[in-house]
Amino acid sequence: MNRIDKKFQQLKERGETAFIPFITAGDPSIEITKSLILDFENRGADLIELGFPFSDPIADGPVIQSSYFRALEGGVKTDDILEMVKGIRKTSEIPIVCMISHSILYKHGCGKFLERAADAGIDGATIPDLPIEEAESIIAIANQVGFKVVCFIAPTTTDSRMKIIVEKSQGFLYYISVVGITGERNTLSDDLAVNIKKIKSRTDLPVALGFGISTPEQARVAGQIADGVIVGSAIMREIDKYAEGEGKLLVDSVGRFLGEFIESSKGRI
Amino acid sequence: MEAETKNITEQQEMQCDGTIPDKSGHFGKFGGKFIPETLMPALEQLEREYLLAKNDTKFNEELQYYLREYVGRPSPLYLAKRLTKKLNGPKIYLKREDLNHTGAHKINNTMGQVLLAMRMGKKRIIAETGAGQHGVATATAAAMFGLKCDVYMGEEDMRRQSLNLFKMKLLGTNVIPVKTGSKTLKDATNEALRDWMSSVRETHYIIGSVVGPHPYPMMVRDFQTIIGRETKEQILTLENRLPDCIIACVGGGSNAIGIFYPFIENEEVKLIGVEAGGVGYDVGQHAASLSKGERGILHGSLSYVLQDSDGQTSKVHSISAGLDYPGVGPEHSYLKDEKRAEYVSVTDDEAVEAFNLCARLEGIIPALEASHAIAYTIKFAPSLDKNKIIVVNLSGSGDKDSSEVARKMGMSL
Ligand SMILES: Cc1ncc(COP(=O)(O)O)c(C=O)c1O
Repeated sequence: MNRIDKKFQQLKERGETAFIPFITAGDPSIEITKSLILDFENRGADLIELGFPFSDPIADGPVIQSSYFRALEGGVKTDDILEMVKGIRKTSEIPIVCMISHSILYKHGCGKFLERAADAGIDGATIPDLPIEEAESIIAIANQVGFKVVCFIAPTTTDSRMKIIVEKSQGFLYYISVVGITGERNTLSDDLAVNIKKIKSRTDLPVALGFGISTPEQARVAGQIADGVIVGSAIMREIDKYAEGEGKLLVDSVGRFLGEFIESSKGRI
Repeated sequence: MEAETKNITEQQEMQCDGTIPDKSGHFGKFGGKFIPETLMPALEQLEREYLLAKNDTKFNEELQYYLREYVGRPSPLYLAKRLTKKLNGPKIYLKREDLNHTGAHKINNTMGQVLLAMRMGKKRIIAETGAGQHGVATATAAAMFGLKCDVYMGEEDMRRQSLNLFKMKLLGTNVIPVKTGSKTLKDATNEALRDWMSSVRETHYIIGSVVGPHPYPMMVRDFQTIIGRETKEQILTLENRLPDCIIACVGGGSNAIGIFYPFIENEEVKLIGVEAGGVGYDVGQHAASLSKGERGILHGSLSYVLQDSDGQTSKVHSISAGLDYPGVGPEHSYLKDEKRAEYVSVTDDEAVEAFNLCARLEGIIPALEASHAIAYTIKFAPSLDKNKIIVVNLSGSGDKDSSEVARKMGMSL
């Protein structure tokens, strides 16, 4: 069974919400990304969303965008990221979902990339610039290699689109909590609970909530209504604070910062 | 989540006539919609509304009215006698898009899209701009209809197109500087798309060329084909036959597709697109996506793009801000692969030379973008017989470029 399905099954049995940190691969370095992932796992993160840096990320706000630029300036390549994941798989079984632009996938050849990613130990992908209409052939390939293509639903998604998306998505569904790009927000939208309920009435797939969750309090609210809570920009901003300093200090500090998000999204504090 | 307004099959039926693009927006293998889910319903709405408007006589009459009375169409097809004589080859006609209100072809598209935005009940307009011509054309249409308008422009382009920057401000548009990446057209497009991600419910995004996700490449083409339709009528009146060759510059490709499109069915008419060859053949020295790029995805569609082996967009260069873009419209990629059109490039220096020559011989100062088309004409025309006819799309006026060319010539204005 794919690691993603297994994880969500375990969480369901425990009645727990998944906490899913997003980090950009290679910011500030690929070694630190690896340490962070292992540290996040130790602290109780359930899945990792691993961002493949891209030069033109249209769905991302300034924080993730600049983390991508820093990673690219540092010279990180797709091959380096896959190698890093292979290294992680020596000691860890934490499910890893990559967030990757279709531009990169297409360039590498979708089939070839999925095979290599699965081989390295990546379990699935969210592809922010690949709507369901264009996703069919990738999903077919993913099925062959045991890889999960996690699809997005947005607040703007119409009923007829939602029907198709819930049918095609694999692993879980990514509900975009705001009409907009990634980045921190002061408040969560009011209609979140209603919309997630609506999705859940249509599918048994877990629904994770992301985009804009930036405080432990928001994570707590999100954790009550969704099966998974995804936090990205807040973490990348924290990483950037310590980017100049020593690697161990960065990993410890970001890890501690994350701890509170994990506890609150799981309703423990 | 939003309620559906009209059913989708109705819209699909309207398009099942074997035309390009197909109903999912593909030109052969190119095109498509590679855009976040958040925007997909807006693209569906836009397509639906556009197809209804396209077949609505009232909408078309209104658009024709503004193009005639406000933009000043039809634009002349002018026989460039001294240029013809100098090149000692075929007759050279210039399609004078520089004479449109605001000085370029861009307004053909913005008039159409602003009318469409109002039909859709959208109160705010956003746009990206490179040379600033599309920004000015958008700002103009927004001003005359009283819509709020924000235009994204790269900092590098704000510097080299300062006149257009000032014009947009005069027209009441808010110009938002883009400081990320290369600070040019590509990055301005990213920012406009990001804005639209958050504002899609009340905002219409007017893309300035035949790029982006479906239905933009089709819709912008349709609005620009007025150039080619007029050209066809005019040349038949003037010469009683079709031209042998049509030459246009290609940035995103809107002026080129606009003049090419009505002639695609006339196989005997050679179609040549001229890209920015910049200062050399290496990565970062040019912006010749069709001539030197590979298939890839940028800004929502599959087309030829300049990118590295990892799918990251390459740096590009052109003296002309309107051509300084690493991608190109998907229909041009299709025409290239189908071998129906040919794509070539000329250098910055050749373009500046053509800019000067056209000014001195014809009393017309062309935009640096259009100067690329003229530059290739200068190279190509002498190889043709005197009884042949070339039409060059003079896509815009060079007023906006005067200070940049002066700077290049070591003068300051
Ligand atoms: C006068 C002029 N010509 C050409 C272009 C290039 O755009 P396109 O290739 O879409 O016609 C521009 C773009 O700004 C322009 O201002």
